[in-house]
Amino acid sequence: MTPVGLPHYLVLSALLFSLGLLGVVLRRNLLIVFISLELMLNAANIALVASARFLNRIGGQEMVFVVIAVAAAEVAVGLALLAALYRQRPTVQSNDLDALKF
Amino acid sequence: MQTLFPWLILLLPLAAAALISLFTRPHRDLSARLSIGAIVAGFWLTLLLFALPGAAAQAYETRIPWLAAGGLQIDFGLRIDRLSLLMALVVTAVGGAIHIYSYEYMRGERRFSTYFACLSLFTFAMLGVVFAPNFVQMFFFWELVGVSSYLLIGFWFERPAAADAGLKAFLVNRVGDLGFLLGILLVWSRLGSVHFGELERRLAENPAALGAMATVAGLLIFCGALGKSAQFPLHIWLPDAMEGPTPVSALIHAATMVAAGVYMLARVFFLLAATPHWPAALHFLEGLDALEIIRIIGLFTALMAGLIALQQDDIKRVLAYSTLSQLGYMVMAIGLGQPGPAMFHLATHAGFKALLFLGAGAIILALHHEQDIWRMGGLRRAMPLTFWTFLIATLALCAVPPLGGFYSKESILAHAWHQDKLVFALAWCGSVLTALYMFRLVLVVFGGSPRRPRDAQPHEPSHIATWPMLFLAGLTVLAGGADVEGFLAGGAQGTASLASRLAGPLAHAPFVMLAGLAATGLGFAMAWGLYRGAYRDPLPARWSTLASALRQRLLLDAWYARWIGGSFEALACLASGVDRWIIAGAAVRGVHGSVELTGRLLRLAQTGKVSTYAFALGCGVAALLYWLIR
Repeated sequence: MTPVGLPHYLVLSALLFSLGLLGVVLRRNLLIVFISLELMLNAANIALVASARFLNRIGGQEMVFVVIAVAAAEVAVGLALLAALYRQRPTVQSNDLDALKF
Repeated sequence: MQTLFPWLILLLPLAAAALISLFTRPHRDLSARLSIGAIVAGFWLTLLLFALPGAAAQAYETRIPWLAAGGLQIDFGLRIDRLSLLMALVVTAVGGAIHIYSYEYMRGERRFSTYFACLSLFTFAMLGVVFAPNFVQMFFFWELVGVSSYLLIGFWFERPAAADAGLKAFLVNRVGDLGFLLGILLVWSRLGSVHFGELERRLAENPAALGAMATVAGLLIFCGALGKSAQFPLHIWLPDAMEGPTPVSALIHAATMVAAGVYMLARVFFLLAATPHWPAALHFLEGLDALEIIRIIGLFTALMAGLIALQQDDIKRVLAYSTLSQLGYMVMAIGLGQPGPAMFHLATHAGFKALLFLGAGAIILALHHEQDIWRMGGLRRAMPLTFWTFLIATLALCAVPPLGGFYSKESILAHAWHQDKLVFALAWCGSVLTALYMFRLVLVVFGGSPRRPRDAQPHEPSHIATWPMLFLAGLTVLAGGADVEGFLAGGAQGTASLASRLAGPLAHAPFVMLAGLAATGLGFAMAWGLYRGAYRDPLPARWSTLASALRQRLLLDAWYARWIGGSFEALACLASGVDRWIIAGAAVRGVHGSVELTGRLLRLAQTGKVSTYAFALGCGVAALLYWLIR
């Protein structure tokens, strides 16, 4: 067994990121899209932490904290928007929200 | 006083026009009184200027700075000399009589005050032309005369014919005025001044100062007179202008506006008489000078209009063509190099032609706006006063001594005789025509038996209208004693005794005088033979081709409408096509269409689905990353 190295983490991170991206692009339910967004952020976090650990640089870990803070803020704003939206139009399907389409 | 009076004469009618249009429009009587008061005051002030010791003796100017651009300094001023004083007297005397006559003639008019405002504006413009000391100021007032005449001719604008006539007069005059403007610019560019006195001085110092353009400049300036004085080929507006109210015809188309052209020619005569010289491109015209061309045009107009007048049935149109013919004589006199006789004839003609128009107006009013002479007849008994004044004016027009018209016309004919026998012969034929058409008019309108509906009972106009007619008749009778030529030439007044002046034509040119009288007699005899007691015109039956050509005004109006009007229409079609297909079609709609097409294509990218945008975002980020890391 080869020891788990940086490439493994990066591949895992890439896989998770792609899954998240697919979720954002393909799913219609806004909550799922939201969760997929979180997945993409955390995939990036894995890549950052792993890089910091294996390359002995602390900067990556610092960046992770920033990302977590941004993600928390984003969730707060995003969920608030969703709740407000739901009051206007009782749906969470993104396809129904096409008022700006000509 | 010598400077104040001319300003008052000029500005009083303007003040009247302004007051009427701004304040007194609802008060009909007050408006008319203001307008009449302004011009009558002008008349008395002009007479006072004549009477002031020395006022008429020498020319003087009063001026205020007006425009200064670069080296060009133009003053707004008044030039008072014998010529302008004489013309101002004609304008205010004849104009005043017509103003008063209008008070009666226009009584029932709804826009009575407006009419008088227009009359006063016109008087102001005309006096401005008369007193103008330079070309630019003259041109301004010249155009103002055009505008106010447009207002007056088209006064009954509810009638399409009147509206069209006003437009026609205005447009035809613009053609002549374009030439006038070019002439002014040419003179200014060559001589560096637009001031009459200055120009005359410079030309006297150096007769060749105008160089190769001397004749062209003279002819271009003559173009202005061509339009205003209605000379061939720009004469077509005057007969149509008879659509205006009859006093307007008397004022504008007999006494003042059409005389402005002749007056202007007399004013700038030194330019016309400059050494003839053509530019190289027009060298083949060498030998013709400006005066010769002016002479030919005047003579041709006199004859042509005299012929057309023979076959007109509208009383005002006969008078209109007669006016054209007499203006032709005046222009011819200018062309003979004799502005003095031209101005003399202008002055006498203004009086008796205005009188003829006022008489025609009285008849038209009495017959309830009937203008066809073949439906009048026998008016001599019904309207004796109109008949006698009309007859006096007719005799003056036909140059019967001792009326004013006799002396002025004999003077022109005598000069023609001394200079060019052919011109004299043709002008003599014109005299025969004059007598023929005028006595035709008198015999048909006043003679014979009534040819109108039985219930019509024509009667004289009220005394407000008859006084101006009597006044003008008095002027016509007395004008023969006025030594206008001697006055204009600057001689001291009273050198020749009245008797010697009255017998002048007999003493100086007995043959010309006898020939002139013979022409009048011949014309009268022909009219007597043809039209005494006639019920309809005998000419169309005898010479049908000639008569129908004359009735259709020698087809000139139709020809103009067809060729000039037609070519303008073709041009308009072309312009409209360019506008519709190239500008609106290709340029405007092309831009609009391509933008819209692009928009329609780009709209397809707007699906309204978040996932599409997210996908596009992902692709974009990936592409960006690839481009950064590569």
